[in-house]
Amino acid sequence: MAIAEPRIPRAEPEPLPEAIPVIRIEHTSGWLKLGLRDLWEHRELLYFLVWRDVKVRYKQTVLGAAWAILQPVMSMVIFTVIFSIIAKMPSDGFPYPIFSFAALLPWTYFSGALGRVTSSVVGNAQLVSKVYFPRLIIPLAGVVSGLVDFAISFVVLIAMMIYYRIQPTWAIVTLPLFLILATATALGIGLWLAALNTRYRDVGYIIPFLIQFWMYACPVIYAVSAVPERWRLLYSLNPMVGVIEGFRWALLGNAHPNFSVMAVSSIILLVLLFGGLVYFKRMERTFADLV
Amino acid sequence: MSDLAIKVDHLSKQYQIGLKAAQHDTLRDHLVSGFSSMFRKNGKSGERQDQFWALKDVSFDVNRGEAIGLIGRNGAGKSTFLKILSRITEPTSGFAEIHGRVASLLEVGTGFHGELTGRENIYLNGAILGMKHAEINRKFDEIVAFSEVEKFIDTPVKRYSSGMYVRLAFAVAAHLEPEILIVDEVLAVGDYEFQKKCLGKMDNVAKTGRTVLYVSHSMESITRLCTRVILLENGQISRDGDPNEVVQDYLGRGLTGTVGLYSQTVPPNPKQDAWISRVELLDDAGANRESFVTGEPMRFRISFELTYPSSYVEVGLALTNQKGIEIAAPNSRQQYGLIRGNKGTNTVECRWDGPPLTTKRYHLRVDLGDYHRNMDSVENAVIFQVEAADYFGTGKLPNPNLAVLSKCSWQRLDEDRA
Repeated sequence: MAIAEPRIPRAEPEPLPEAIPVIRIEHTSGWLKLGLRDLWEHRELLYFLVWRDVKVRYKQTVLGAAWAILQPVMSMVIFTVIFSIIAKMPSDGFPYPIFSFAALLPWTYFSGALGRVTSSVVGNAQLVSKVYFPRLIIPLAGVVSGLVDFAISFVVLIAMMIYYRIQPTWAIVTLPLFLILATATALGIGLWLAALNTRYRDVGYIIPFLIQFWMYACPVIYAVSAVPERWRLLYSLNPMVGVIEGFRWALLGNAHPNFSVMAVSSIILLVLLFGGLVYFKRMERTFADLV
Repeated sequence: MSDLAIKVDHLSKQYQIGLKAAQHDTLRDHLVSGFSSMFRKNGKSGERQDQFWALKDVSFDVNRGEAIGLIGRNGAGKSTFLKILSRITEPTSGFAEIHGRVASLLEVGTGFHGELTGRENIYLNGAILGMKHAEINRKFDEIVAFSEVEKFIDTPVKRYSSGMYVRLAFAVAAHLEPEILIVDEVLAVGDYEFQKKCLGKMDNVAKTGRTVLYVSHSMESITRLCTRVILLENGQISRDGDPNEVVQDYLGRGLTGTVGLYSQTVPPNPKQDAWISRVELLDDAGANRESFVTGEPMRFRISFELTYPSSYVEVGLALTNQKGIEIAAPNSRQQYGLIRGNKGTNTVECRWDGPPLTTKRYHLRVDLGDYHRNMDSVENAVIFQVEAADYFGTGKLPNPNLAVLSKCSWQRLDEDRA
């Protein structure tokens, strides 16, 4: 798929100079200055960084954006062979391929985004040490650029739903909500790791293990019903459990996730995300000296 | 409306060398150093030596429309200062105020991506430098024309020659229209014609009432472009005033420093990944000399250290006479080609047969670059004296006030009727 050139808006006359902006540069010590206004003013840069990520990702590959489809599809085939055909894992009465694909969709997005966010600051060291812009843009670009791949592989899911004759229920309208939750989880954890990564490169080595381990802690290859009842509550505190269950519920009409548990894990997530923002903002002062 | 463009008030920046030296540290390193510092407490504390003031109590005001040149040796704090004003790193104490839209150019082609085409990189780089999308659209054709790479605008920049790459990167930067422009030594790379074009463009910026803050090792461009020059020494302002006076003073100070040989065994800045480690001036027989006679061959031997292999290295020399006029600039890329640099120490030699230098004191600057950035510069690496000699072989000594000598052959075309 060709990624379109940046949209060309009609040239507009230069706005007349208003009051001269004054920037004060000094040592900051505040905890709660997130600089959201500054972030909004740099939204075009976010767009260009996402555009660059997406464009570069498949530029030198033969198959191009087909990889966005192939990755989850290949995982699905492998899981189907191993866990359904060989291990005879139950899948809540759905054909195993679509049962696992509905989970692989958010999982592939989440794991990719988490990895990208974690390495984002170190990977953009050149930018960080030479140009000013709100540093938050870098991890944000990491989560946003994954959405393009997500959209592409979503087409495969639609095809599979047609093939397996699965009628979506009204619950499908809640899908964006779960996607936002997946994005927030990747960002919430990723902000901590991205900032830590500038100081300790160990983080880069931990990530593959973390992602692998995390996948087994999520109902990707198995159903939540396979988890013993007494562990269910603790298990559901993992925000990705809610996300994946939510996806299955919205797409396949599976049993809906436990919303009260999800509320708790969402609150934990919010704390994590907010803490990540504050920590990232605190650490960003030293980024240019460390990367 | 006040005329103030930049206000700098007791600006200081402290670095912890320990922290910087341990840049790529792992958790284990931190644990180890934590343990060792625990034991060090019993003995003498090494804390003081770990801290270093890159800038200390720097204060000055810049008015709208001034073109300020910032000079000083490597490690004097110029880069740190620009980084603070560009909001890349924070000061430790003091503050700076910037009145107006600012664009800073610490490197050309920041954010360029080899896989993307020239067209795509213009948009990306423009956005990174703070241009609005509509602004880039409006200036796109102008940028392409300025860069002289029209034909290759849809080719990935990894296929560009280094010259094309630099030209494109400059072209984007040259079309920024800030009220305040901060420029680091980016003009040290690129070919001469293009450098001239860029200096012209910057001159225009200054002449239209906008403010320029310019760091350079080239005294010639500093005196040409700036209306005021600030000399930094060890993180403090040592002189501030008329460009010619400050530059003269600065070049004069070099006299008490290195003569005949420059040597720097550790990187001048702990973060530097490439640096000039040794500069020697030799005579034809290979002996270190600091005084030559006019027309005597000279050999400039330059060693540099790389922490990574690079096949795009270039070494530039610049000879300035005591009046601050740059009279010659031998350059390896133009006269030899790109140098394939090995990791570790590399040495190159530039031989100049019969240089037409008049009786003066000369300052040699050495620049080390790869194709899109200047990696190190050493001002006054070597200072040498040229003494009068019978350069023309006629027994008449040349006029010492000239900048260069001209060894010409003369011929009478009509008949001698006397």
